[in-house]
Amino acid sequence: MSDMTSGPSTLTGSVDMTHGGGGRAMAELIRTLFQKHFSNPVLDQGNDGALVALPPGRVVISTDSHVITPLFFPGGDIGALSINGTVNDVAMMGAKPLYLSVGFILEEGFPLADLERIVISMAAAAKAADVTIATGDTKVVEKGKGDGVFISTTGIGVVPEGVKTSGDNARPGQAVLVSGTIGDHGVAILSKRESLEFETEIVSDCAALNGMIANMLAAVPNITTLRDPTRGGLAATLNEIASASKVGMMLEESAIPIRPDVSAACEFLGLDALYVANEGKLICICEEADANRLVDIMRAHPLGENAARIGTVIADDAHLVQMRTGFGGTRVVDWIAGEQLPRIC
Amino acid sequence: MKYVDEFRDRAVAEKLAATIAEEAKGGHDYYFMEFCGGHTHAIFRYGVQDLMPANVHFVHGPGCPVCVLPVRRLDDAVELAERHGAILCSYGDMMRVPGTRQRSLIKAKADGADIRMVYSTMDALKIARDNPDRQVVFFAIGFETTTPPTAVAVLQAEKEGLKNFSVFVNHVLTPAAIGHILDSEDFAPGGPARIDGFLGPSHVSAVIGSKPYEAAAAHYQKPVVICGFEPLDVMQSVLMLIRQIKEGRCEVENEYTRVVTRDGNLKAQALVDEVLELRESFEWRGLGPVANSALRLKEKYAFYDAEKRFEISAKQSRETKSCECPAILRGVKKPTDCKLFGTVCTPDNPMGSCMVSSEGACAAYWTYGRFRNKDQAKQTEIA
Repeated sequence: MSDMTSGPSTLTGSVDMTHGGGGRAMAELIRTLFQKHFSNPVLDQGNDGALVALPPGRVVISTDSHVITPLFFPGGDIGALSINGTVNDVAMMGAKPLYLSVGFILEEGFPLADLERIVISMAAAAKAADVTIATGDTKVVEKGKGDGVFISTTGIGVVPEGVKTSGDNARPGQAVLVSGTIGDHGVAILSKRESLEFETEIVSDCAALNGMIANMLAAVPNITTLRDPTRGGLAATLNEIASASKVGMMLEESAIPIRPDVSAACEFLGLDALYVANEGKLICICEEADANRLVDIMRAHPLGENAARIGTVIADDAHLVQMRTGFGGTRVVDWIAGEQLPRIC
Repeated sequence: MKYVDEFRDRAVAEKLAATIAEEAKGGHDYYFMEFCGGHTHAIFRYGVQDLMPANVHFVHGPGCPVCVLPVRRLDDAVELAERHGAILCSYGDMMRVPGTRQRSLIKAKADGADIRMVYSTMDALKIARDNPDRQVVFFAIGFETTTPPTAVAVLQAEKEGLKNFSVFVNHVLTPAAIGHILDSEDFAPGGPARIDGFLGPSHVSAVIGSKPYEAAAAHYQKPVVICGFEPLDVMQSVLMLIRQIKEGRCEVENEYTRVVTRDGNLKAQALVDEVLELRESFEWRGLGPVANSALRLKEKYAFYDAEKRFEISAKQSRETKSCECPAILRGVKKPTDCKLFGTVCTPDNPMGSCMVSSEGACAAYWTYGRFRNKDQAKQTEIA
């Protein structure tokens, strides 16, 4: 979804140590690349920090560092990911995301044309999410000491009066909702890993969810929990909530939306989609009475058309997330141990 | 998902559960060893136990490839990467298995050894092609399922003249393990454990066929049903085993007919025969030395044998003290019988191999079945 109005990169050559040296080369890189694409009245103040006025309300700050291989993948790239990831983290707190800072760590030798593609993608993602890139920083590390580019972003947002979403307030009897199909991002990334390339039309779900969340909170300000199930997937995030809220959960496997091709890819890779990362999905925990309405609001938004109710919060001293399997049995949906590793046979 | 969902159908499962409950009536208990980790995984992941009557028990077998590899061989693999500087290529779920002093491939990798996770032997060959100045060793483990790809890799390396590629062979054989388990004192009449029949290997049997189990079924008078890895396969196979027992039969039956034939994959068998031969004895984690239970490269392909190419030092490899993996792998103890289970030993910090792979009995118990233990614990408290 990157905005190509700026056209393909006109930059040639690659990052070298002078780009981080504080001299003319660095100033030139900032002017021809970052200022050019990120330009806005706050950033263009050109000071060491951004001076902004915030609307009244409680302020949310969230930070996230982004490292990913490959840098460009179906449905997104590290640039879009670094904007959407932090916008989502701020939005999950019930806040309207307003400003972002971005920090780049560039590896010597990284092609400037690729860097410009990433920056263009970030600018487009910020525009789509209606947030302002307020300040930034660039450092260069020697070849071999980085992985092309690392991007760290911090977001600031303001929570409207009456909204209080948090992961530690879930109570037995509440409904567990998800905004769409799970596992798309992780499988899209795997399909492009060098050792694993397989042909698929699966694309990452990388997207900013603040617009959809605003609609949800406008209708139901007392949503209990909003979380984005990124690393560790749906399973990890639900376990975090269960543990923080000191409750259990009972999921219905047949209600969890999974694309058939994601399901098939997980099947042959020996992975479980419940543990695969998402970058454009949210989990919502709400009062039973609000569940249907929130599912309808999500479904009315382009990023939530496959939203579904997937389970219920239950009382459980062991804080286990359990699931009634489509097969008719019951199992625990546990925390993941380390990374998911493919099985041998 | 077509060809998969059909074997996970709830309505069929409920019907089958009712039939099993009816057939299993009569006051007898049935103890069936599911040989493969794939079966264990399916039983727990889909909650098959919930659909079984209380008198049908699953005994978890040793068929988890990473679980039965002795610590010594894992330590040797680490040495190949660390001391000899080779690029060691390994299948994924081997990566976290703890060796001596909890040292796993992942830990060795973090300390600087060049260890790479591969999905197939073809990936390992590619790494060898791409790194002509480095030695590349494929860490070959697994049952008969993963053996043909190892044979193909050796033949391909020879064809291409890949001089920097070798294989550290640890392939083990299923029928020998079944015989070894039934010969042990644990399963003698009056012994601590009991097996009334086997859910036989599925993918393994796709390669070797169902024929190799016939001698054991007749000799030990235990029925075997070759069983697929989907939950309905497991249930159907349980029903077939119960019927065999009730009718006094001890045969090898094939539930997994969509993949397995009596003779198996003859082409794959020919490839294995060309490249590999029987070892007189091989140590299994849990079972100890088992005669004629593993393979090594034939002399003709000795050039590709990592054990001959590199000098591997003698070492004092040690299991974690009080880890019950050995008894669990023999089906004599349950994971919950182990003092370490769920306390110091969890999937995040595995002390033994059964806690590592999702096919390991301990990992399956912990990851999918913990709430059952919790209920049991509660019942004990009440009692």
